Amino acid sequence: MVEEKDVSESLKEWDEKVVGKTLERFPERKKEFATISGIPVKRLYSPVDTADIDYNRDVGFPGAYPFTRGVQPTMYRGRFWTMRQYSGFATAKETNERFKFLLEQGQTGLSVAFDLPTQIGYDSDHPLAQGEVGKVGVAIDSLADMEVLFDSIPLDKVSTSMTINAPASVLLAMYIVVAEKQGVPMEKLRGTVQNDILKEYAARGTYIFPPQPSMRLTTDIFRFCSEKMPLWNTISISGYHLREAGSTAVQEVAFTIADGIAYVESAIKSGLDVDAFASRLSFFFGSHSDFLEEIAKFRAARRLWARIMKERFNAKSDRSTRMRFHTQTAGCTLTAQQPDNNIVRVTMQALQAVLGGTQSLHTNSRDEALSLPTEDSVQIALRTQQIIAYESGVGDTIDPLAGSYYIEYLTNEIERLATEYIKKIDSMGGAPAAIEQGYIQKEIHAAAYAFQRAVDSGERVVVGVNKFTVKEEQSMEYLRVNPQIEREQVERLMALKQDRDGAKVEATLKALKQCAEGTENLMPYIIDAVKAYATLGEICDVLRSVFGEYKAPDIL
Amino acid sequence: MSVEKLVEGILSGKRRELARLISLIEDEDAIASEVLSRLYKNTGHAKIIGVTGPPGSGKSTLVTRITTEYRKREQSVGIICVDPSSPFSGGALLGDRIRMQEHSLDDEVFVRSMGTRGHLGGLSRATSDAVRAVDAFGKDVILVETVGAGQSEVEVIEIAHTVIVTDVPGSGDDIQAIKAGIMEIADIFVVNKSDLPGADKKVTEINAMLDTDQKMGTWRPPVILTNGRTGEGITELVDMIEEHFAYLASSGQLEARGLRRSREELEQLMEYKLTRELLSTLRGRPEYENAIREIALRREDPYTVAERLITEFLVKCRE
Amino acid sequence: MSSKKIRVLVAKPGLDGHDRGAKVVARALRDAGMEVIYTGLRQTPEMIVRAAIDEAVDVIGLSILSGAHNAIFPRVMELLNAEGVDDILVVAGGIIPEDDVPMLKEVGIAEVFGPGTPLQEIVDFIQSNVKK
Repeated sequence: MVEEKDVSESLKEWDEKVVGKTLERFPERKKEFATISGIPVKRLYSPVDTADIDYNRDVGFPGAYPFTRGVQPTMYRGRFWTMRQYSGFATAKETNERFKFLLEQGQTGLSVAFDLPTQIGYDSDHPLAQGEVGKVGVAIDSLADMEVLFDSIPLDKVSTSMTINAPASVLLAMYIVVAEKQGVPMEKLRGTVQNDILKEYAARGTYIFPPQPSMRLTTDIFRFCSEKMPLWNTISISGYHLREAGSTAVQEVAFTIADGIAYVESAIKSGLDVDAFASRLSFFFGSHSDFLEEIAKFRAARRLWARIMKERFNAKSDRSTRMRFHTQTAGCTLTAQQPDNNIVRVTMQALQAVLGGTQSLHTNSRDEALSLPTEDSVQIALRTQQIIAYESGVGDTIDPLAGSYYIEYLTNEIERLATEYIKKIDSMGGAPAAIEQGYIQKEIHAAAYAFQRAVDSGERVVVGVNKFTVKEEQSMEYLRVNPQIEREQVERLMALKQDRDGAKVEATLKALKQCAEGTENLMPYIIDAVKAYATLGEICDVLRSVFGEYKAPDIL
Repeated sequence: MSVEKLVEGILSGKRRELARLISLIEDEDAIASEVLSRLYKNTGHAKIIGVTGPPGSGKSTLVTRITTEYRKREQSVGIICVDPSSPFSGGALLGDRIRMQEHSLDDEVFVRSMGTRGHLGGLSRATSDAVRAVDAFGKDVILVETVGAGQSEVEVIEIAHTVIVTDVPGSGDDIQAIKAGIMEIADIFVVNKSDLPGADKKVTEINAMLDTDQKMGTWRPPVILTNGRTGEGITELVDMIEEHFAYLASSGQLEARGLRRSREELEQLMEYKLTRELLSTLRGRPEYENAIREIALRREDPYTVAERLITEFLVKCRE
Repeated sequence: MSSKKIRVLVAKPGLDGHDRGAKVVARALRDAGMEVIYTGLRQTPEMIVRAAIDEAVDVIGLSILSGAHNAIFPRVMELLNAEGVDDILVVAGGIIPEDDVPMLKEVGIAEVFGPGTPLQEIVDFIQSNVKK
């Protein structure tokens, strides 16, 4: 290898003699190039840009601290990432059929989308649920619906991810009880509850309770699972939604890790040992359109988290410092115009996630800017992952882009910039305080607005939207949720309330209320209420009566 | 919409008419003064409470909580939230309603957001007219919320019977802001977000500052701790507002204040109208524009020209 | 200086929390000189209509991504009609299938802006169609 000094001299020479001449005749496309996060991009990267890197300290080896190159020693040579398509719509019965279809198609994990009333802890007959039942996911009112949802799906064989946050404990309790009825003990269950309330306040909006009791619900799950469900991921700390709301890659890393720090602090404060729960924390990122920046982002996030867990929280076990994450291709990059182009976007974004070392992946369907995806579109999306896995060969060696001057430089740069943000958030009192003061929201909105202005001005090209446009008729078929299902769901709920043992419901809800007023772990009480067929809305109402409801700050 | 219909609508409690009148006031439409002059005798019943303080001190939450408390006491409430307009575009983002959702369907609560705009008659003119409209509409209590930043906001808030200045624990700079501008106008201090560390310290600081105040009259502004999130301290705050109002009445200040306000308003109005009248006869006329040029060229001086133009105007008025 | 301003209520009915679009549009309208009143999440049609009346807005912008538009938008229009309001321009945005647009226009939604609409297009539409 050449000496660094030699390189910087020859680089200077190349710049003056070779590039200079070319530039006179052929000016470059733009005066300045930058990533989506605004990191300046030079014409060329060389050993000069990676001179500060100490390979063992900063890059290291897969499966070993600081995990820059991946969390497992063999990565995709052992097993491909989990192909996990987020799905769920209408009723439990219809979603159950879609699940079975996906499993038959070779999908390896389930991912449940719940409708908005479920996510906000309302039963389907709540006035605010009108028009929303079964729309963006499946409607779950009680254990009865959950039994249908997983009917004849062996819960000891699949891993299930549930996108549920404010009422995560309730849905987790339902899952435990359904498994129990199948004869599967909870220590065998594999899967994830999203359970990340901070990003709900910051970006996604499906919150119920104020931050303090919400953090208690979160840490109650941590504690319960650390004792009883060793294979369960207790949280999926999500940058995806922050990214969808408009943040840059750097902000996504920074705000997600700041949220992670808050959860760890809260769990430690509640008396848990960091090594007892940290290995079950998982993460969730988006994969946006800046190909190389995204790959570097995943690597930077892994390294930064490992360092924070070790240096700040004194985690003893390497497993506690490992950042495992799920990735979804960025929904906000999908265009309603020329929707088939989205297949190409999704392919690139999926490839980024794989090159970045993701543990599981959801690929978006081409029609999601128009409505819920059809079965055809979902199949193409899944096939995209299978083509990357089985045909492209990118999984045959680990972290193949490591050592690229640009990728390593960018990995450093993202880690550095994210660290600055985290310092700022620390100085404000941590992520919950920064969210309450609206700081994180304002940063995200400003980035979203700047991005949209850049698209509108043509400075940032979106193919088919502000360049290469065609006149088109929307001709795609799309999935429509029958409005009838709302009525049916409500009827089923009414019937359930008639049939169940009312006294038992009342007794378990009363016990839950007492627990909520005290400090005991809520999980066992929620499981009891779920078993008695208390509805999600009833359980959440009990908690609302004790905890109150969150009101958003007036941040614009 | 006719003057008649607006007057009738507002007096019979139609919120659409009230909302329209406030728009006319904001747009400085001539109809607004006509309607307001017709409504004037029906005003003067509302208790007006100003709430001001630095951004992030929880004013909207506090206003919402005070409203809840007054609704418990069966008083109807009008809320006017003033937020700065963008100096560049003249537009504004008004987000105070976000915090006030719990009252959004209460018939006895009226909420209106106003941008500061670049009002000719001054921001205080538009706001006090809007308050007057809500007063005529029959609300028992009117809360006016502004960012306590500059002189114009201070003027706005002075239309209130009781001024609440909010602050939050921490950040020592805030107290400087208070000292510099709005300290003197506070009738009640609120340290909001009492669950944050440093709340008691803040109370002590404000009290210490009040102790050194030489100009204070017989009302010493109390400092109240509240928590907008939980509602702690709100009952006490509203009791204090009532007490302050009772103090104003018993000390004769309410009456004195009424006289002072009426004088100020009348004089401001005359000044504004006279100026407008005078300028409308002058602007655009060649001899006026010529005089301005002469002043710029130092062939005339503005003192003499002003004197001459006003005298001519007054002579013409007498004829 | 005339201080007449177009006033716009930007509202998020339904339960979805995706307010990126609503807020970006709100900023763009502010930068175009309008006064924008933002209501926050989870607004019922009743709340939206009440806010529109109290704030005497010229325009209501509804943003929804959950697919509940066919239930919620007609209800907003129905309530406006019941209040005798016919001078407010109502526009919508979000993820709304093209097939649903004719019905929404039928009930009185003046325009539906899908994903990828340039901000200037929304500004221009409002400026040239506002009913005053």
